[in-house]
Amino acid sequence: MARNITYREAINEALTQEMERDESVIVLGEDNAGGAGAPGEDDAWGGVLGVTKGLYHKFPGRVLDTPISESAFIGAAIGAATAGLRPVAELMFVDFMGVCFDQIYNQAAKFRYMFGGKAVTPVVIRTMYGAGLRAAAQHSQCLYPLFTHIPGLKVVLPATPYDAKGLLTQAIRDNDPVMFFEHKALYDLAGPVPEESYALPFGEANVVREGGDVTIVTLGRMVHTSLSAASELAAAGVQCEVIDLRTTSPLDSDTVLESVEATGRLVVVDEAHPRCSIATDISALVAQKAFGALRAPIEMVTAPHTPVPFSTALEDIFIPDAQRVVNAVKAVTGWTR
Amino acid sequence: MTDERIVPVTMPKWGLSMRLGKITGWIVGEGDEVTVGDDLADIETDKITGTLEAADTGKIRRIVARVGEDVPVSGTIALIAPDGVSDDDLDAAAAAARAVIDAGVPEDAEGAGGPIVQIAEVRGRKVSFAGVGADGDVVLLIHGYGGDRNSWLFLQEPLAARYRVYALDLPGHGTSSKDVRDSGSSGGAGGSGGAGGSGGIDGLLADAVVGVLDAVGASRAHLVGHSMGGAVALAVAARDPGRIASLTLIAPSGFGRQINAVYLRGFAGAQTRRELKPLVGELFADDKLVTRQVVDDLLAYKRLDGVEAALQALLDSLLGGDEQRGDSAAALAAIGDAVPVTVVWGRQDRIIPAEQAQAVAGAVRYVIEGAGHMPHMERPVEVQTAIEDTIARAG
Repeated sequence: MARNITYREAINEALTQEMERDESVIVLGEDNAGGAGAPGEDDAWGGVLGVTKGLYHKFPGRVLDTPISESAFIGAAIGAATAGLRPVAELMFVDFMGVCFDQIYNQAAKFRYMFGGKAVTPVVIRTMYGAGLRAAAQHSQCLYPLFTHIPGLKVVLPATPYDAKGLLTQAIRDNDPVMFFEHKALYDLAGPVPEESYALPFGEANVVREGGDVTIVTLGRMVHTSLSAASELAAAGVQCEVIDLRTTSPLDSDTVLESVEATGRLVVVDEAHPRCSIATDISALVAQKAFGALRAPIEMVTAPHTPVPFSTALEDIFIPDAQRVVNAVKAVTGWTR
Repeated sequence: MTDERIVPVTMPKWGLSMRLGKITGWIVGEGDEVTVGDDLADIETDKITGTLEAADTGKIRRIVARVGEDVPVSGTIALIAPDGVSDDDLDAAAAAARAVIDAGVPEDAEGAGGPIVQIAEVRGRKVSFAGVGADGDVVLLIHGYGGDRNSWLFLQEPLAARYRVYALDLPGHGTSSKDVRDSGSSGGAGGSGGAGGSGGIDGLLADAVVGVLDAVGASRAHLVGHSMGGAVALAVAARDPGRIASLTLIAPSGFGRQINAVYLRGFAGAQTRRELKPLVGELFADDKLVTRQVVDDLLAYKRLDGVEAALQALLDSLLGGDEQRGDSAAALAAIGDAVPVTVVWGRQDRIIPAEQAQAVAGAVRYVIEGAGHMPHMERPVEVQTAIEDTIARAG
């Protein structure tokens, strides 16, 4: 039965249920069990924001605290995956990918291809992303476009507790390496989630609101920003269709194109930087495949091409808000040649 | 209310969790004469969009609720009254109703008087059910293939005014256990439970119904079964006719060979919203009733672990080739004529043709215009009448 739980609890529940179902699932990362100053036996932290709390005692020997060495434990997780386990590694902040990126893009992403389909790498790398926690330039980036660029990786960004549980379940059962992005500002968001296990397929965008005037394509935290804007616009008589991509790789281009073919107008809302991003990718897709349907230029609402500021005032301006989405929608509906 | 000739039209309670409804369009206006069953307004909840039908006959004298505003369940949205009632009296009644709408839902309304969801243990599996209504005979509502107890959302509350009304989730459905194998709880017998034709319908599924009757302490009950749930109801009645006070069968399976096998196989196999939506449309005479929420809820159900296997196993017990496999007529014959039987069918049924109503021997028949395979969702007032008449015949 569905009850309301938070995004954090939904992720914890998916981990718990998959660890119960399949003994080969293990969890590893910095402070996943103990934590700074804790002896390790104590289930003190459950990760820096408490997502894995409670697993250590439920699954003895299967929740591993690691040294502060991303290259070591991400590499270990990938190696364990090739040897038959299904590890879920926690890369605390995606900003730390720099020190372990070779393990991900040059090793995990390539094995299935380079070994003629005979090797599988069922590893999940959970990681936090996004601005809003006053964590400054090295702990607030989005960076999912970098992973989306690489063939052989699957890239998942749940926006709701329901999607978080179902997509993480699928990620663990999937035989390919999956980058699983959790927005820090969403952990306390509550929503209905079934108690039973379920897996949501990758590559299926979710039409979270239907409307005939403008298509808003978005993902992650920006789904909620876009929905706020869509409600405000509906009061003004503009009906937006809001599409949550849910996974950027694989990408559900059909749902995007079908919607734009019906509305003729596209706004992409993406918290990442504007260059070489999901926003540019979706814009290129639509410009190429649905050009004839477009009745106005495509608008992109993104963060600026700057590091995430530490100044609270500047960080608030950095993150796209509903007003900017409203303005973009008005720009495309009001455009005349 | 000053004048008892003023009859309120109220916001219905569609589903046990509904607290608010929003009128998306009035179909009637002030001054219109309406009769029972006429469409009055389109109403949207956070779950579903539906059309409110008139429960009374008379003239609409005042429209109280505006399009687009939230109205608490049972709040008055319009007033029916004969011409003899004065405008002053109507205005006073409308003002009182307006105050209720403006007050919104009371803070403590959540859960109060709501359903009590219970679990019955049947052969090692959980069967969940929800009941409403304090007194009267026990009525048990049994959904069809791929449905759940929420498919009775337009009927359970209205029937509860006179009866204790329960709706269950059959094994493999809703929030009940998803294992439908007819073997013991540990299973292990490979393949589906459908081999041999008896399948789960007169086995585990009928056991689940009996388990719910036992759990609520009902020594006698009225069964209402839809589609596959109709066959389940018959199987239960055939086992112990003395326990069943009446049977209302809505588009029951097993009374002919013909069935829309393409729909059934498609529903069982559909993996995406794109595949599922047109199929679900075939359930209704008017497929605009299939909202995004309806399809999303079905997809969320289908994606639960174990559901795909359950639907495939039940499909094997429903279908032999492209035809129906079950024989509900045999079960009906076994019951004899002591139990009043009613059959209800939607004229535009695209899953099981309405002509099969003729094969339900000895039954009172209602064939409803403007309804497909889901008359209890499309024409709930008429189905309610059929159920209440059947219960009355049981004496």
